[in-house]
Amino acid sequence: MANLRTPLYQWHYHKARMVPFGGWDMPVQYTGIAPEHKAVRSAAGLFDISHMARFSFGGPDALALLEKVFTNSVATMKDMQVRYGLVCKDDGGILDDILVYRWPYGFAAVINASNREKILKWLETHRAGLNVQIQDQTFDTTMIAIQGPKAVELVAGMFVDDVTKLKYYFAMPTRYKEKGCVVSRTGYTGEDGFEVMVPNVMGVTLWEEFIAKGAVPCGLGARDTLRLEAAMPLYGHELNETINPIEARLSWAVKLDKGEFIGRAALQKATLDKTQPVRIGLEIDGKRAAREGSAILASDNTPAGTVTSGSFCPWTDKSLAMGYVSPQLATVGTKLLIDVRGSTLDATVVELPFYKRKK
Amino acid sequence: MSNPSDLRYATSHEWAKLDGDIVTLGITKFAIEQLTEPTYLELKPVGTALTKGQPLGIIESVKSTSDIYSPVDGTIVERNELLLDDKATKRKADLTPVNDDPFGKGWMVKIKLAPGATLDHLLTAEQYEAQLASEGH
Repeated sequence: MANLRTPLYQWHYHKARMVPFGGWDMPVQYTGIAPEHKAVRSAAGLFDISHMARFSFGGPDALALLEKVFTNSVATMKDMQVRYGLVCKDDGGILDDILVYRWPYGFAAVINASNREKILKWLETHRAGLNVQIQDQTFDTTMIAIQGPKAVELVAGMFVDDVTKLKYYFAMPTRYKEKGCVVSRTGYTGEDGFEVMVPNVMGVTLWEEFIAKGAVPCGLGARDTLRLEAAMPLYGHELNETINPIEARLSWAVKLDKGEFIGRAALQKATLDKTQPVRIGLEIDGKRAAREGSAILASDNTPAGTVTSGSFCPWTDKSLAMGYVSPQLATVGTKLLIDVRGSTLDATVVELPFYKRKK
Repeated sequence: MSNPSDLRYATSHEWAKLDGDIVTLGITKFAIEQLTEPTYLELKPVGTALTKGQPLGIIESVKSTSDIYSPVDGTIVERNELLLDDKATKRKADLTPVNDDPFGKGWMVKIKLAPGATLDHLLTAEQYEAQLASEGH
């Protein structure tokens, strides 16, 4: 089956190298991963994230359905608030990590592109007996992220409302050139910034206005190295159906006391299990990168775990990796080894995130 | 296409240039574009004997790790030291020539051909471009 294309596909096609990702044809880089990565850390970068799935929820039982499938609390969210959390199976394994938006009139969720159909099916299964309308609006809007220290001054004046007043993890409906749109203060780079959903007819216009104002178009390559430096997990790498949020160190996004939800009993048990592997950050000596699947070894060469993401990171100028190891080897400062195609790299367990922006 | 006609090419995207019995070797512009900016290079030491198809080094980018293969039988007689860390003087490797000038200043090693070895089995620029085209590039 042919891959899906975002409304910005034609724009990317002539300027970027395209790759298949989560069922979509997406730009991996325009000029280069390193310059794009640095543009986001030092000024402002632009990402087409229209491949992310967007669902809306209406009806009297929308809240009940979301509380049932989402590990974080929805009832305690304020109107216009955005919250990160997981969708888990009964055994606590992660089906996806998602954002939930609360509107005065209903809810919305942003889902990973590769999990769109799986989560839609999951929601259909668990809505039985509930009065809720779920709509997949992925193809109705263009979603663009503007990220970096210059993002605030760059968006100023572009929308009818002053979106620069938005607090972190809040969103607002507003208008862009007479057309309704949604702006949120969210992102996946470790920088301040916004994510904007506009009707498809305005997609290229908004994209080109951001560029005219100085934002640098960035591909999925930089998006991956940026999120790695910021130690944000990526579904399919740090997260999958055999890993639970406690192992992934996402217990802050699991509210065991909020009431019943799918996976609650298993996750309660997991919080008490001190033997399960945990997600760690590794800083590697030298410039060689650890790659997903590389074995992590204890200093006596015994197997300790596996790398889930690794790359040389352009801003910190370090070779960084995330992975899972047994808890007794997860202490910051622990010296470990990584087996990379037959040679061994020296690595040290470090605090996460690797990179934190200055406030 | 930008592949010089005086070079010969391996299907694994190395280029080779013969001068007497010395082959200068690097990787093609296409290889660099696929790899994206290089972040790390490792080359086997001078004196290493190589057989055709054997790895002579590793190149990494932000995105991936790839082996570099010797397209000929021979012995490494020189390396482009600017591309490697110099532990004695603590000079750091500079990989920009590989990125910016892969067919020139970005050369990697010089190999002295083993007796009887030739470049005849390698692709011409035209054949290499046909390979890239057939791979859909």
